[in-house]
This record gives sequence, structure tokens and C-alpha cells, in this order.
Amino acid sequence: MSKDWELIISGSGGQGAILAGIIFAEAALADGYNVIQTQSYGPEARGGASRSEVLISHEELAYPKVQDCNLMVALTQESLDKYGSLLGAGGILIIDEAIDSSTLKTSIKVYKAPIFATAEKLLKPMVANILVLGILNAISGIVNLEHLESAVQARVPAATIPLNLTALAEGSKIGKDLASKSI
Amino acid sequence: MSKKLIQGNEACVEGALAAGARFFAGYPITPSTEIAELMAKKLPRVGGVFMQMEDEIASIATIIGASISGAKAMTATSGPGFSLMQENLGFAAMTEVPIVVVNVTRGGPSTGTPTKASQGDFMQARWGCHGDHPIIVLAPSSVQEVYDLAITAFNMSEKYMVPVVLLYDEVVGHLREGVELVASSEVLNREFPTVAPANYRPYATGDGLIPKLAPFGSGYRYHMSGLSHDETGFPTGNPATIENLVMRLNDKIENNRKDIIKYKAIDMEDAEVILLAYGSPLRSAQQVQKQARARGEKVGLIQLLTLWPFPHELLTDVYAKTKADFIVPELSLGQLADEVSKSVPRDKITRVNRNDGALITPAQLEQVLKGVM
Repeated sequence: MSKDWELIISGSGGQGAILAGIIFAEAALADGYNVIQTQSYGPEARGGASRSEVLISHEELAYPKVQDCNLMVALTQESLDKYGSLLGAGGILIIDEAIDSSTLKTSIKVYKAPIFATAEKLLKPMVANILVLGILNAISGIVNLEHLESAVQARVPAATIPLNLTALAEGSKIGKDLASKSI
Repeated sequence: MSKKLIQGNEACVEGALAAGARFFAGYPITPSTEIAELMAKKLPRVGGVFMQMEDEIASIATIIGASISGAKAMTATSGPGFSLMQENLGFAAMTEVPIVVVNVTRGGPSTGTPTKASQGDFMQARWGCHGDHPIIVLAPSSVQEVYDLAITAFNMSEKYMVPVVLLYDEVVGHLREGVELVASSEVLNREFPTVAPANYRPYATGDGLIPKLAPFGSGYRYHMSGLSHDETGFPTGNPATIENLVMRLNDKIENNRKDIIKYKAIDMEDAEVILLAYGSPLRSAQQVQKQARARGEKVGLIQLLTLWPFPHELLTDVYAKTKADFIVPELSLGQLADEVSKSVPRDKITRVNRNDGALITPAQLEQVLKGVM
């Protein structure tokens, strides 16, 4: 039986954290997992940090919210400060290299990646959410990359598909590199 | 067929369209708004009509009018709008016009907590309008069930000529899950009269107790009134006629409880403790029941899919056989538990209530279970 994942993707409003969660959930569904995706809603979603939660399992899922987060992406310092304590011991954290994670539990495996630098240099800042999905999947190995590509194509505006697929590929490269270094 | 990742509110629209809904009038309100948005987008593409109304009173009045004209019609709202709809919900029950009203529930009273889940409309869905009226209330707990029960809601509405309320909380409305968009039951349509217009009496029903209402504009001329009426539809003060009407309105539902009442009962045989729930608390109960069984504890689970008519015969039977303790988690102060107590002794019911907008978590339920076992 493969591992169950409880993923939180957080960021500030407009960064696409919620869309990233939906895309990852859709890819996992195509992979044959049971999935549930939820997101912060209403005032909670407007005050700075917002989040998308994705539960991924081969077992049937019942309770729809994260209970024991073991995988987290935080796109901003504020979102890490707000949600970082939800990440359990031994969990995986993926953050931009500019973010400070020193206050987190020491058992957490932190991957720092040049998320925004890469997005800005090669592409556009708005694709950081898709780039980070590439990193996330390369490190966790949860879904088939083809399913992730299909989900990106299905959910982003048509004109931005090539750009977003490039971002996904770039993220996968960074993620593979980080994963190999950490062995 | 592959599963699609969609929200509960999207599944509601897909189910309604699959059931043949072709008319929607509504006034958007959190947390039901996605239903109106999607209906506005999708209905015109299938030859249907979407109307944005000035308020919820107009919304329900308009779908009643559309349904009297023969269309399958729906509106969607939340607590404050549902309160405004009560008068016309009673009118639809009295005149036997099939409509589906979706209430995606949020915290109350009044405008309350718009973005948080609640189950405080449980009693209102049954008794919000005055008089001894018939109504059916269905309660999905997953995105798949929203789709399936949206179809069932239209089917029951058409079959029994009665308003049906589809009731689910904000969490069920907004979570995304994989759904198979394939109708699990066939689509039912109301029966139309076959007698000549000259001999037509709209509320002459025979043994089935269910009237065959001709669509307005189809050549049948008849009267429709919220006043107590006879078989012609005109008002009456005759006590026997009034009694026949009120009894028939209620009996057409009561006589068909077996067909209408839907539930899932799991691991009842040896149950010492039974978790009973619907909506988002059911999701926690499902997890806790599974965990308890894995530990060897004799815990069962009852999921209500039909809330009204309430399944008292099921609970009476289960209690007689098991003498189990019941745990009833709900996002209100005990509206569900009180109804359960008509079939299960009060001292055998443990209430788990929450009204702060947060969910009843599996961890919270595990603590309660530990105290009961």
C-alpha cells in the first residue's frame, strides 16, 4: 500500500495556490487515487495568506480536511508563518529560497528552491504556482507527470498553456536536482 | 467512465440538468452562488432558461410558475433566502406543483456566518411553512451524492407532485471530489391528464392520491389556489372536503415512505454503539466508525439520505434489535438528536453539537466514543 498524502499549498491571494491544489488533485484522480480538495473560503481567503488542501489516498477518504499534514508548499513567509505549524513531524516542506523556516520542527525535511527567481528569469512570475507543482511532484513522486501535464492544460487559460507547461518542466528539473542532492 | 473532479455545487447543477431541469430562477447567496453561476452558463446551451431575480420570494414564485407551465424548475439559496421562500414553499405543497429548492446551509440565525457550514435548518426544512404540509428533504454528504440526489429530488418531486428540498452544508457544497456523472436512476416525469379538457378536474386523483396537473397553456382551463380547495381547484369551506384534501396531501407521502426514505446502515448486526449523522459530520463519523471497527469495537453507522419524512421506523427497528447507544453529531444545538429521541430513548442518545462554524472532527468524535464505550 502506497503512502497517503495530506498536502497544503499556501500563498498570498492571487498567487494561484488554490488553482495549484485543484490541478494536483485532478492529476492524482487521473492516477487512480481517491482525492478531496478544499480551500480557504470567504474572509479567510481574503486576509493575506490563503490555502488549498488536497487529500490523496488509495483508501476511501471520509473526513474532507487535513488532519495530519505531511506535505506542504508555502509560497510566502506569511503563509508559512500562518500554516507551518500544521506540518507534522517528518513532513516535507517546499519553499522559496528566500523564506526562513528556522522556527519549524527540526524533523521536517525542508527543500528550498529558487521558485520565484526561476519563474521571473525564465518565464513570468505568475507561473510560480505551476512551477512549484513540478518541484513538488519530482520530490514526492506522487503522480504520473503526464497526468499533471494534462491537468495543467485542462485548468489554465488556453493562451498560457505553453508557458505553464514550460514552467512545469522547469520545476520538475529543479525538483529532481533537489531530490538527488538530498540522498 | 472516468471520474471528474468537481465541487458539490457543480455536481448539483450537473445532476439537475441530467434530471431534465430546464428552468432556474434565483438570487445568488453564499454559499450556494456557484449553482446560479453555472446554471446561467449551462441552461441556455440546452435550451433552458435562467433568470436572475430581485429576491428569493420572486425566485421561488417564478419557478412555481415555470413548473405549472410544465418545466422542471429549480432554485438555490441559503438560510436567509430559504426563510423568505417559506410562504411559497407552502403554496407549492398546497397546489401540488413540483419544484426543487436547494438550500446550501450556512451559520445562522439571520445572516449569521455566510461562509461556514451549519445544520441549523434541519427543522426549518420540514416545518418552516405553516400548516400540515407535505415535503421531502434529501441530504447528500459527498459530491457524488449531491449529483445522485439532485436527480432523485427531481424524480420524487415529479412522481409525488410535491416540493423537494435538497439540503447540504457549505463544506459539502464546496469540496471537490471525483464524481461519475452517470445517472444512477432513471429520470421520472410527471403524468399529464388524458381526459378531455371539458371533463378535467385537476385534483381528482383516484387511489394514487397524486393529481395530474395540465401545463398552463395546454388547453386545459382550471383554477389553482392556496386556499383549501375541492377537486376542481376552487376554494371550499366544506369540512369533509377540507379534511380529504389535507389528508390526501400528507398521505401521498406517508403511504410511500418505503420508496422515499433512503439511508445507509453499516455494521448494525452486533452494534453496541451507533453513530448517526448526515452532511459534513457524517464524514467524521465514517472515519471514526472505520477506526473503531479496526480496533474491534462494535460500532455501527447510520447515514441519513432522506431527512424528511424522518426514518423513525428504521430507528425503532434498529434500537429494538440492538439496544445500542446512539451518538448524534450535528452542526446545530440538537435538532436532529431531538427527532431521533422520538424513536430511541433520550438516555441512550449522546449529543455532539457544534455551532461555531468549525467542523466536528474525527478526533472530537473519538473522544466522545471513548466516553460511551
